[in-house]
Amino acid sequence: MFLAAEAVVASHLESGPLFLSITWVLPLLSFVAFWGILGFAKRFGRESAGYIGIGVIGVQFVLACGAALQWIARTGPSGGAEGGHGLREPVGHSLTWYTNGPIAIKVGTHIDGFAVAMLFVVAFISASVHVFSREYLRDDVRFTHYFAALALFTGAMFWMVQSATTLGLLLGWEVMGLCSYLLIGHWWEDTDNATAALKAFLTTRTGDIGLLIGIVITFFAAGQTFDMAAINEAALHGKGSHLLWLTAAVCLFAGVVGKSAQFPLHTWLPDAMAGPTPASSLIHAATMVVAGVYLVARLYGVFWAGFSIQMGGMNLGSWVGSITLVMAALLAFVQTDIKKVLAYSTVSQLGYMVMGLSVGAWTGAIFHLFTHAFFKALLFQAAGSIAHSGSHHSFDMERMGGLRKFMPKTWITFLIGFLALAGVFPLSGFWSKDEILLGAWKNHFGLALAAGLLGSFMTACYMTRAYWKTFEGENRWHLVHDEHDTHAADPHEVVAAHDAPHDEHAVSHDGPHESPLWITGPLIALAFMAAVVGFLQFPGRSWFGHWTENLVIEDTILKAGFEHKFSVVLAIIASVCGIGGLAVGYLYNKVWNGDLGIVRRFAPARIAHTTLKNKYYLDHLWSGVVIGFIKGPLAKAAYWFNQDALDGVIDGAGAAATATGRWVYRYVDQGVVDNAANGAGTAVTGLGGALRGLQTGKVQNYAAIFVGAVGLIALALVLFV
Amino acid sequence: MILNQFLFLSAFLFCVGAYGVLVRKNAVLVLMSIELMVNAVNINLVAFSLRNDNVIGQVFALFVIAVAAAEVGVGLAIVLLIYRNRSSVDLTEVSEMKG
Repeated sequence: MFLAAEAVVASHLESGPLFLSITWVLPLLSFVAFWGILGFAKRFGRESAGYIGIGVIGVQFVLACGAALQWIARTGPSGGAEGGHGLREPVGHSLTWYTNGPIAIKVGTHIDGFAVAMLFVVAFISASVHVFSREYLRDDVRFTHYFAALALFTGAMFWMVQSATTLGLLLGWEVMGLCSYLLIGHWWEDTDNATAALKAFLTTRTGDIGLLIGIVITFFAAGQTFDMAAINEAALHGKGSHLLWLTAAVCLFAGVVGKSAQFPLHTWLPDAMAGPTPASSLIHAATMVVAGVYLVARLYGVFWAGFSIQMGGMNLGSWVGSITLVMAALLAFVQTDIKKVLAYSTVSQLGYMVMGLSVGAWTGAIFHLFTHAFFKALLFQAAGSIAHSGSHHSFDMERMGGLRKFMPKTWITFLIGFLALAGVFPLSGFWSKDEILLGAWKNHFGLALAAGLLGSFMTACYMTRAYWKTFEGENRWHLVHDEHDTHAADPHEVVAAHDAPHDEHAVSHDGPHESPLWITGPLIALAFMAAVVGFLQFPGRSWFGHWTENLVIEDTILKAGFEHKFSVVLAIIASVCGIGGLAVGYLYNKVWNGDLGIVRRFAPARIAHTTLKNKYYLDHLWSGVVIGFIKGPLAKAAYWFNQDALDGVIDGAGAAATATGRWVYRYVDQGVVDNAANGAGTAVTGLGGALRGLQTGKVQNYAAIFVGAVGLIALALVLFV
Repeated sequence: MILNQFLFLSAFLFCVGAYGVLVRKNAVLVLMSIELMVNAVNINLVAFSLRNDNVIGQVFALFVIAVAAAEVGVGLAIVLLIYRNRSSVDLTEVSEMKG
């Protein structure tokens, strides 16, 4: 501790204000909390894990707020577009991790306005999640493990957003992947949950292959450094060819597609709803899924150069972002599980951010990241509150309805989150979404603008539907009550409720009611933020932009003249889209009788509904065709050679493979793949047979061969050297 | 400096150890033979260290002794488990790894 204190003092004297210099304490605290909770929490009683977690995140929240205030003081007063520039140089510390020849591998912190904003978001969201979880998971069997994972998760987020190097970023990125695996699979006794956790992990890993390659490319392209500032500098100032940076950007973007659940790797995120609701809230709102967006924003120079954003015209990022935001919004419309609606909504909003970054609306995109964090965390926690006390631990909207009367606080806060997400003036979502659309418009990305407006219309639509099913209409509590044992979404909570009845649950059997303060408190705090943070980008003042714009952005966005004045026309168009969505959503529920009515009456709607219900068959594509392609033929080929490739090949193979494997086998596999696999297999089988004789299983035979070989080598040395 | 004598002793010990490892059936004796081989190497290290007037060889010998102690610990544990399972430490009988 003394060493740490001395280091704090030393760094304070060296560079920058205190709170900006000691941000490295944030991940350290989380790490200590992680081990503390795992190691000691059980000794102080069950509840202590929650209090340790809440205490630590409280300290971190204070530190993050301090950092934010000091950064604001550092950048000087905002004068809007023509205002003066304060000090924008980042504050940083770095250590040499190890030296390999001339290359010193460094890790360190890089604190600029963007990083500070992210630190604040992580601290705020994580604090609300900690408080919420203390009540929500009170009777959970793995209460301690849950809080330990939460602490580690938070620490990884803190670590990632202040990393100065791509290596440090990768470390935080992967630890977050691990923690999301732990949290999604928190109730692993249910196979579905374990599968969802595995799916989340493996899908993001698929994208990470691209990320790793991208990191290696940028390492060499920027002259053997992992330092992100140096990489941006090299990308923007003409080191290396355009093709090089395009390759780097595309590879990094693969990582973004996996982590930030962009089309076509978005399928893991809705499944990730298997975890406890506050954990979903943390995954969706703080920097787990937006890690990809963060990466693009942080290495903006690479993407700016690689995707030639300055030229206008659709690029890979804006295509993927636009497709994602429209597609996911459509999917959100057919879900009956409220968490899945919110999950697809997150996918859609992430599409907005990726699209915004790729059309040069950097400030808009990260501002959307900022506002989205608050209202999405709010919506998830409100859904958790409903499940906790309003619908008998079910997230099925068919079993909710009319909760407005029973849960007034949850209702009001959900309503604020919903309107913010739908982009209704003057809530936060309106300002951030508008800025992205403005960028798409003024920077000549027509398709992206169209997708954005369409998406904003659909967002309002599906959220109205979800809102209606949850809070309006008649209450369907008794539907649940009759069969709640079979329809419980959180099996452990139900078990716990039966095993250890306590006040809340005893009441809950009498009908829906409001959640306790531990749950509504975070909701109210988040609702407040969701309502007001939008004003940080008030036209003409744009404080947020002033605080976060860094040197890279000065070199890209500002130089290219991509910063635009607020446009009233666009704001009106976007609002019309949003309000239109609300109106259509209202009509859909009130007049057209909801899902059943329109699907029954109207054939195209029925077809669309089925397709959407099956998520465009993308899951079938991944698990059926692609994995079947890998698993079926290879498994079969191996089996074939075991049978000496003589008889019953197709029959035997067919019996060994899955049905999809069979399909692939028949249509895809007969030609090239099989012959190549056959040849390789035969060769390996032959060699294996020959070497098999050596494997007597007797250790002394091995030793004899070993000694003989050494003797031969020694002889060769004596004779020839 | 009588380096040759040391080297001959070392070579002799090594050969005895190698012979023991290859032909003894008793696993404990095989482990002991391995110790002989290791210590033959140690003698070489120390001898050359003296000859070249360089202490690194002796330090290295200390490391080898430490590693050998660990190795014998693991080896004896394995032998003990084999004995518990089969009531015998005859190495020629242990061939489950046959391919």
